[in-house]
Amino acid sequence: MKKTGFLHELKKNKALFLMVAPAVLLVFVMSYLPMSGLILAFKDYKFNLGVFGSPWNGLENFRFLFQSGKGWLITRNTIFYNLLNLVTSQFLAVFVAILISEMAGKVYKKVTQSVIFLPYFISWVIVGTFVFNIFNFETGVLNNVVKFFGGEPVNVYSMPGVWPWIICIFNSWKWVGYNSIIYIAAITSIDAECYEAADIDGANVFQKIWYITMPSIKPTIITMLLLQVGRILRGDFEMFYQIVGNNGQLFDRTDVIDTYVFRSLLQNSNFGMTAAASFYQSVLCFVIIIVVNAIVKKVEEDYALF
Amino acid sequence: MAEATVARSNKIKLTPSRIVFNIISYVFIGLLALVCLLPFIMLVSGSFSSEAAIRFNGYSIFPQEFTTEAYEFIFRNPESIFRAYGVTIFITAVGTAIGLFLTTMTAYVISRKDFKYRNKISFFFYFTTLFNGGMISTYIFYIQYLHLKDSYFALILPGLFNVFYLLIMRSFVNNVPPALIESAKIDGAGEFRIFIQIVFPLLKSGLATIGLFKALGYWNDWYNAMLYMNTEAKFPLQYMLYNMLQKAQALAAIASQVGIKAEDLPSNSLKLCMAVIATGPIILLYPFVQKYFVKGVTIGSVKG
Repeated sequence: MKKTGFLHELKKNKALFLMVAPAVLLVFVMSYLPMSGLILAFKDYKFNLGVFGSPWNGLENFRFLFQSGKGWLITRNTIFYNLLNLVTSQFLAVFVAILISEMAGKVYKKVTQSVIFLPYFISWVIVGTFVFNIFNFETGVLNNVVKFFGGEPVNVYSMPGVWPWIICIFNSWKWVGYNSIIYIAAITSIDAECYEAADIDGANVFQKIWYITMPSIKPTIITMLLLQVGRILRGDFEMFYQIVGNNGQLFDRTDVIDTYVFRSLLQNSNFGMTAAASFYQSVLCFVIIIVVNAIVKKVEEDYALF
Repeated sequence: MAEATVARSNKIKLTPSRIVFNIISYVFIGLLALVCLLPFIMLVSGSFSSEAAIRFNGYSIFPQEFTTEAYEFIFRNPESIFRAYGVTIFITAVGTAIGLFLTTMTAYVISRKDFKYRNKISFFFYFTTLFNGGMISTYIFYIQYLHLKDSYFALILPGLFNVFYLLIMRSFVNNVPPALIESAKIDGAGEFRIFIQIVFPLLKSGLATIGLFKALGYWNDWYNAMLYMNTEAKFPLQYMLYNMLQKAQALAAIASQVGIKAEDLPSNSLKLCMAVIATGPIILLYPFVQKYFVKGVTIGSVKG
């Protein structure tokens, strides 16, 4: 019964099926077929034997990954960075959005907003250049400032401890414009009458922000947080790679799952371990987003993603 | 709506709390804008500074000992840059054009309320944002089974279709009155013709928005080049720039360890000059295209 239904539908909307076919095919080949490669995590990969010809080796890859300590390290770093970046970038974006929305000066507002959005448009390669220009030992801006005030120049590239903050700052810097646009859009859709009523009641600007703006944009904040939580095990590879590069001194504090996997791809080493890392990243991410979404759906259905 | 907010703010009397708020907002936003702008200014001024000045004083806001030496040096031997520009323009143009058409056509189909399988097909696309094969399996699959190594397809195909843009485009398509489609159908037009002749022309701002997002993605891409490209002649601009910076930084690091004079190394101003050349088009176009990006981000943030 169902089959004839599909055939009937196919006949009726032949053109629509044909029109959607290229994209379906493309996504199937480029995204679905590669999923089969996840079984590599349970295999002893040999290039000449291919994904399917390589021998199985059970959970060996996972054992190596976690016994070497690397597995815990990159997992911990990935989660740490995502939480840090999540809190700082969203907080900053909300703050900026509220300030910009309440501004009266039209030109000032427009110009600053444009400039704040600018970092979104440049590649991480260029951001990497900025980072190097600021922190390099010899000609960096930081050391120039330090020297100007008579201090000793510092070699930031041998201080792993400060890199979480550097990465966090550049992440916020690059995304603040983009994220604040989302919150500004949420704020402009608040009913103006709410504010007018508050004005009549004599509320000051801070009270209005706290009692009207904040509750109104809460759904947006929650949606943004949810989207990010679903990516908690995914590092922003381009950012980490361009800011930190292949600087081995910093890896203890800066290596995330994605950079670890990528390095082994380039160097053609540790394939088993990285396949295991990649597998557990994909699967756990999926589980986390499903679980979080299910919980949210139960608590407050409107906030759920799907 | 934005106008309404402004009008409201203008009416407000300058109470003490409003003054405090204005000081905070103007100062903070001003500083933030400065922080967002300064690196670009230093990049440009550095590219016009003399090598010795950068080495001695570091980077600065105004060019030191103004010179166009770095630009002259690069354009004395411009083949490699022009080639990289050519590669980038080629993949950006082809990828954006095909990707845009594909996205719009697909968005049209899944926005058709009378198409029974639209939800199933949407989910087929959406699922890839929840679950994917990860870096390793994708890489091996592309190389071993699709033979993308060192092929321009490796630079175009991965970015061709993006689910996020599909959803944004769908909301643009949803704004097209269904009555238009219905009446065209009654006149006997086929689905494809309805899409090309009636829907497509109505999507101008959607096409501009998604087209620009796609073009930006292709222009800034270095990751796929790094993974898949071997031949230097096929490197796009960003990856060529990255390579150049890496070489310079690696050399500088070695040099400082063994005590070689930095003067003999690829120069700082040259690197900055390359960065300016790679980013220039984006910055120049930015004022004109910014509104489309704002629109795209705003629509993308609305669920559903």
